[in-house]
Amino acid sequence: MTALIDIKDVSHTFATDGGPLHVLDHLNISIEEGGFTAVVGPSGCGKSTLTRLVSGLMKPDEGEVWLHGERVKGPRSTVGMAFQNPVLLEWRTILDNVILPLEIVPNKLSRAERVDRAEFLLGLVGLTGFEDKKPSELSGGMRQRASLCRALVHKPEVLILDEPFGALDAFTREDLWQTMHKVKSEEPFTGLLITHDLRESIFLADQVVVMSGRPAHAQYIMDVPSTGERVIDDLYTPDSAERLNILRHQIQIAQGREPADVEAAQ
Amino acid sequence: MSLKKIAIPTIAVIIFLLLWELLVWANGWPNFVMASPSDLGPAYVRYWDLFLINGWQTLWRTVAGLALAIVFGTALGMIMGFSKVMRDALYPLLVGFNAIPKATVVPIIALMFVGAHDFNTVLIAFMISFFPIAVSVSIGLSTLEPEYRDILRSLGASKMTIFWKIALPKTLPEFFGALKVAVTLAFIGTNLMEIVSPHGRGLGALFDSGRTNSDYPLMFAVLIALAFLGIVLYYVVVVLEKIFAGWAERQET
Repeated sequence: MTALIDIKDVSHTFATDGGPLHVLDHLNISIEEGGFTAVVGPSGCGKSTLTRLVSGLMKPDEGEVWLHGERVKGPRSTVGMAFQNPVLLEWRTILDNVILPLEIVPNKLSRAERVDRAEFLLGLVGLTGFEDKKPSELSGGMRQRASLCRALVHKPEVLILDEPFGALDAFTREDLWQTMHKVKSEEPFTGLLITHDLRESIFLADQVVVMSGRPAHAQYIMDVPSTGERVIDDLYTPDSAERLNILRHQIQIAQGREPADVEAAQ
Repeated sequence: MSLKKIAIPTIAVIIFLLLWELLVWANGWPNFVMASPSDLGPAYVRYWDLFLINGWQTLWRTVAGLALAIVFGTALGMIMGFSKVMRDALYPLLVGFNAIPKATVVPIIALMFVGAHDFNTVLIAFMISFFPIAVSVSIGLSTLEPEYRDILRSLGASKMTIFWKIALPKTLPEFFGALKVAVTLAFIGTNLMEIVSPHGRGLGALFDSGRTNSDYPLMFAVLIALAFLGIVLYYVVVVLEKIFAGWAERQET
């Protein structure tokens, strides 16, 4: 298997008012074609910087980011992005919001073909019938579903998700996790997910990367055996409990808290 | 529903006029202290042709000044909205300029462009009304959430595309809010020129002739005519806002 996303020895420092802020330090992550990697870590460890590097919105100070055998030097249309804030355009209908990337990325699709494509995706995430609604008429979960469709409409190779479910309530979030599995089986992509939710990471991803505290490197990498589409019950097996425990432990190390102390305090 | 929408403001205006009439009557004020609404009718009947001619002159010059303010204010707002350096550089100048009472600028302008009455009037209307537009456009653009930009930028969209597809439409609600303020300001500018540096044109000049002839009902009639024009232009903006930025209005539920 070839790595579709290859983050090689990347270091990055921001110049801030309070002096230089060293966020990434010799970070190495490799994601296979069709793989789904979740990145977890303490707050402010540079996870969002990572998404900006992979999408080409930013260049690293040191190291290289490779996408499909090409070095990333700027934004490219083979990437789709979704954020915690669904950032839908309020003056457009849901359908036109989903179509937006097709108006930017060079393509020869007619309006009818674009509408077909958008309607197919909206159907996949369960938004059939909401095409002509405005974003303000939809719930938070529905807006996030529409945002997901927009990220996928131009058939990107890479889907970057920056805490897309972070602002949703627990039940809606679990619904969306399952929707993600369904979408992935119909619309193959290589995924990079940034999240704070360990259950989410092992439910969606086949590889979980724990980033260390700032300046961050890949502190721990866990492979989650791929069993195809997962169901929520899979989260309550002994295997899952053990994985969550290991990850929780790793996060505590990343936060700089000695695990023994934490347990003693409980 | 629409009948109610017209009826409520109409009744409010009638009540206002009645209270005004009552106030003058109860105090027994002669019309040189304060004219009453019943004095206005005869003034309009007597000078209707002057009202039409001068009203039109005031209106077109105000709209011309406002149009200039929109073009210039939007351009300036874009420059300040997109560049932090320009924002830091221009804000103090802009605030300082806005703080100068325009009544003091009128004689200066009148001397600078002697005889160019129409131009001078349009210029003052423009100078007094572009500020809120520039400020609102710049704030609208500079507070655009970075994710909106990133969504398009990550697809390789150019700055112009981002401006047309996202920044401009997203700024429209703020823009129209500022335009409502600018409309009334522009009227103030036009009349300032017409009254402080009278040249026989516009409702301001009519007001001035009422003053020189001690025709007090005429002066009040001019004020009401100005208010009427202001209301008309304001609602033109409201209609445009509904068309172009109606999406920003929350549905009443």
